[in-house]
Amino acid sequence: MTLLSALFDLLLLATLLWLAWRLLASADLFKAVVLFIAFSLLLALAWVRLNAPDVALAEAAIGAGITGALLMVALGRLSPEDACPHRLHPTLGQRLSAPLLISLAVPAAVAILLSSLLTLPETAAGLAPLVTSHLAQSEVAHPVTAVLLNFRGYDTLLEVAVLVLAVLGIWCLGEAQVLTLPGSVSPVLLGMTRVLLPVLVLTGGYLLWLGGHAPGGAFQAGALLAAGAVLWLFAGQMLSSRWSDLPLRLLLLLGFQVFLATAAVPVLQGNLLLAYPPGWAKTMILLVETLLAGSIAAVLAAAVIGGRPACAPQSFPPAGQADEEKQQ
Amino acid sequence: MEIRELLAALLMLTAMPFFLAGTLGLLRFPDVFCRLHALTKADNLGLGLIVLGLMVQADSWQAAARLLLIWLLVLLAGATVAHLIARQALRTGQNPWRLS
Repeated sequence: MTLLSALFDLLLLATLLWLAWRLLASADLFKAVVLFIAFSLLLALAWVRLNAPDVALAEAAIGAGITGALLMVALGRLSPEDACPHRLHPTLGQRLSAPLLISLAVPAAVAILLSSLLTLPETAAGLAPLVTSHLAQSEVAHPVTAVLLNFRGYDTLLEVAVLVLAVLGIWCLGEAQVLTLPGSVSPVLLGMTRVLLPVLVLTGGYLLWLGGHAPGGAFQAGALLAAGAVLWLFAGQMLSSRWSDLPLRLLLLLGFQVFLATAAVPVLQGNLLLAYPPGWAKTMILLVETLLAGSIAAVLAAAVIGGRPACAPQSFPPAGQADEEKQQ
Repeated sequence: MEIRELLAALLMLTAMPFFLAGTLGLLRFPDVFCRLHALTKADNLGLGLIVLGLMVQADSWQAAARLLLIWLLVLLAGATVAHLIARQALRTGQNPWRLS
């Protein structure tokens, strides 16, 4: 059996390398995006083989799903000449620089990796025993959640801050375009959206709750909810202007702000950063995770749409003007 | 226990030809519509048989139900995406291939 699984691993590794090479070398951007999605799915499989189901879930949901949709939407916006760039004739220096760099960088990287491989101990337990011995203190049963939201909570805090900053950057670049015109939506897509949306919300909540004792958590749940939101937008729906202004901004920020508050309050009381009050850790983690899931969903969906919500469309022609035209 | 594993192996082996046929069709069929038609073999029957094989091996009926749900969701998504691709292909003016 070990021979078979080793063979499978080698095949997986070879396919990953081949896909990575093909997607980087592909001149056709659409092909590159499709290859990237396939690469992410196989990478999720590789994480499963490495016994890291949490990372595998996040990779499949965010890497393959949301990033794939994001790249597709971005590709749809490129003008035809941007999408297939004509090849320039490289000069001699450009022609030589790539082989030169590769022939220098690859042996150097191999040498550094080999030399550090020699200094590693033969078997290392890593930090797993340390986490397991303190798991009761964190008040959650799943070690990954304990690390992400308790022992190393500031990593997650900064990650969420980066996500919020990313949306800020995206919104600075321009207004969102309408993904699908309501009239041109296939009724089949509408029907599937109606069936899938409740399932996605339910599965998101399930993954969120599962994070307490098994692989799952805010990022995976947020990615599922974001997928639901993107599907809803592709089915020709739009966020009404009543919700797209202040409520959307609040939703985007809420997870980060509550997390920051739970991190900062202990500091003000003379305690350590992110020191949950004893006995309250589970409740606080659940609260932060729930709000984070909502915020992450909003952030990821906003990134896929790629722009700030458009200003409320004026009824065109404006009502008064239309009346005047009728009278004429 | 032994019979369950045998049955599961049999079901999964039965699934293989469908995946093979689907992949072959995807690579070799002449136009978008034919290729979509080939894909449904792998999606519906191939995956269905694999899920059935896994359900036979599942520890609890909850796990089996989850596997069944995955298959139903793939069916739903696969059928919708195939419809959307075919619709877009028709709209951009691709004519179905004919033997001529």
